[in-house]
Amino acid sequence: MIDLTVIWAFIIAFAIFAYVVMDGFDLGIGILFPSFAPGRERDRAMNSIAPVWDGNETWLVLGGGGLFAAFPLAYAIILPATYPLIIAMLLGLVFRGVAFEYRWRDPSHRRFWDAAFTGGSLIAAMAQGMILGALLQGIEIDGRAYAGSWWDWLTPYTLLTGLGTVAGYALLGATWLVWKLDGEGQAHARKLGKIAALATLALMAGVSLLNLFVRPEYSDRWLTAPELYWVAPIPIATLIVAGFMWHALSRDRHSKPFWLALLLFFFGTAGVGVTIWPYVAPPDLTIWEAAAPVRSQVFMLIGVAITMPLIIAYTAWAYWVFRGKVGDEGYH
Amino acid sequence: MFEGTDAILLARIQFAFTVSFHFIFPAFSIGLASYLAVLEGLWLKTGKPVYMDLFKYWLKIFAIAFAMGVVSGIVMSYQFGTNWSVFSDVAGPVIGPLMAYEVLTAFFLEAGFLGVMLFGMNRVGKKLHYVATLMVAGGTFISAFWILSVNSWMQTPVGYEIGANGQFLPGDSWMEIIFNPSFPYRLFHTVLAAYLTTAFVVGGVGAWHLLKDRTNGHARRMFSMAMWMAALVVPVQIFAGDLHGLNTLEHQPQKVMAMEGHYESHPDGAPLILFGIPDSDAREVKYAVEIPKASSLILKHDADAPLDGLDTIPLDEQPPVGIVFWSFRIMVGLGFAMLGVGLWSLIARWRGKLYDWPWLHKAALVMGPSGFVAVIAGWITTEVGRQPYVIYNLLRTADAASPLDAPAVGSSLIAFVVVYFAVFGTGTWYILKLMSQPPHAHETGVKRGDTGPIRTAGITPGPTQDPGNLSPDSLSSIEYVEPQDIEPARKEDGE
Repeated sequence: MIDLTVIWAFIIAFAIFAYVVMDGFDLGIGILFPSFAPGRERDRAMNSIAPVWDGNETWLVLGGGGLFAAFPLAYAIILPATYPLIIAMLLGLVFRGVAFEYRWRDPSHRRFWDAAFTGGSLIAAMAQGMILGALLQGIEIDGRAYAGSWWDWLTPYTLLTGLGTVAGYALLGATWLVWKLDGEGQAHARKLGKIAALATLALMAGVSLLNLFVRPEYSDRWLTAPELYWVAPIPIATLIVAGFMWHALSRDRHSKPFWLALLLFFFGTAGVGVTIWPYVAPPDLTIWEAAAPVRSQVFMLIGVAITMPLIIAYTAWAYWVFRGKVGDEGYH
Repeated sequence: MFEGTDAILLARIQFAFTVSFHFIFPAFSIGLASYLAVLEGLWLKTGKPVYMDLFKYWLKIFAIAFAMGVVSGIVMSYQFGTNWSVFSDVAGPVIGPLMAYEVLTAFFLEAGFLGVMLFGMNRVGKKLHYVATLMVAGGTFISAFWILSVNSWMQTPVGYEIGANGQFLPGDSWMEIIFNPSFPYRLFHTVLAAYLTTAFVVGGVGAWHLLKDRTNGHARRMFSMAMWMAALVVPVQIFAGDLHGLNTLEHQPQKVMAMEGHYESHPDGAPLILFGIPDSDAREVKYAVEIPKASSLILKHDADAPLDGLDTIPLDEQPPVGIVFWSFRIMVGLGFAMLGVGLWSLIARWRGKLYDWPWLHKAALVMGPSGFVAVIAGWITTEVGRQPYVIYNLLRTADAASPLDAPAVGSSLIAFVVVYFAVFGTGTWYILKLMSQPPHAHETGVKRGDTGPIRTAGITPGPTQDPGNLSPDSLSSIEYVEPQDIEPARKEDGE
């Protein structure tokens, strides 16, 4: 018999991964924005994501809404547990979302909305990384409710996961710009990409090491046979991908660094998945305990089966429509 | 700060604040997306440039309103969990899937095609661009469909079972849950409200520019279109509202009692209280101006029919009467004022004076924002009127909240209030600034400096200007190139 709960866990994981990489490069561009010169460079960086950012952010709604629908108990426990982080993330997204429109509407305050774009992106990225950290370090549950205090999420570990996410998003943003810009902008993005890659790898390594101590069951999973043989390829593959990416960033490659950064995030997500499995909120709540009843799972699965191929198709089409270097048109 | 404050009260205020603010934008963008689809459709059909000019004029406004709707909407999708976790846990299996369908069938559709709608005219050509516009408009409607189904289920819950763990579980039929008893009425009433809200905004903007220059052909066109909506759709809306009220009487009688101010039962025909001051301590409406037996006539279609009052309902199951009584009257009053403007415009049109009567234009201008006030008042009526329940008669709002302390909720409430007023106030200001520009020929679309995929005039060399130094004037000076002019060049350009 097929386990619908497992299928749903993978669907939610896919939605979160899709969100992280797609909105990740948007937010990353926001984080890197101050390093671009006001005027044409900034306009181009912004314009490279203006047509797609809204679609990218919709994956966040699917991640949240999907968690609500498929694992309502997890949604009801994780969100109160990370309350200040969620609120900070939402307000950050408000600022950076409206900045896309506002900066063009009010040239005299463009610097302010550029700063709002950066600040909002930075706060949202940091909050998302800390939410992940808070989840991994464990959430205290009593009955069907969160039982901890409203500052439990703030620890050195979660600060590290937050910084790791910021660095990772910056890497995605930089590699996206390597792809979409040319000339000086591209050279600048290449430089930023290298810095962000180093920071990302260092922080990934740091978080991975701390994971072995943050909960004892995590070190069992990663360090004892026979699980060891199944999970060991993940960090090894991560290192190999990182090597290729560095190489691509050092050469005249355009889209390759971005795709490799994506792959890096894929292995990072897989690592998180292996660490947390089969819990949706460690240490007490498994995916089966939090799952919605079969009727809800089946009804939604039909919807996903029909709509997801269409969504992927028209999203890909929208990206295709705006393909190519930003600024090619009108200047050649 | 907030020590000793009731955390649940703060959570209620926060939800009411964020959802009210949020709904302003969809109320506008649902209607505006459809209006844009109509304008582009007319342009494709007739080839008249005035429709493309109006399309571009309103597209700039739509872009801002839509962005504000998106970011305030994301807040809503998380707030069920952050602040109403007990509700999320127990109702998740039933309403969660409906909201997931909203994301899958509506949000992705809108967001996926929005970029092409805003920036893609020169890249995909006229027909595909129109498809994108239709998808965005369709997405806004589908979104309304699902979220109103969720809201209606909470008002008139059916088709569920109660699980051993206390959760509401879906029964045999999802159709029964989706098409619950109040849903068709609420959907019809709300979508019409969104169309009318937009129509009165468009009419108000048209009127403003007619007052300044009654020969402006573009202003004339938008004013005329809006007044047709007012004349034709307001009567339908009043009829739909009446049906919705009768449905509420059947399923949520307390709400209607509060709307009517009926503290007492009336065995032989209830009066229609036009105005008065409800006093819930004295259990009476003071200084009431009433029409005898009219309420029974409206609600039961029989002047002598008995109507129960709040005296038949236990005190702890009654909604707050004052708020519901007043918000209902504001909504209905504005509805009839809209009807008045619509009829007035018909007379003016019949006399051939639609563009010549300044008092009509002034009235339309004043009524420009009336739709927003009416929809918010309507939502206050229906949401406060179902209290003290969040799932009607099954789960009390007070039992549905997250285990959060008052300082946490109080701090977030302050943050939301400050940020929303600053950010959305600014956005509204930008929209008003755009509206204050007279619509004209060769209207520019959504412009993004001199770079990128966002240029409307894509192939011809752009004007030289410092993109860091763009002013609205310099923007509107950019020459607009008709899409057909650049069609061949586009093909050459595309790989």
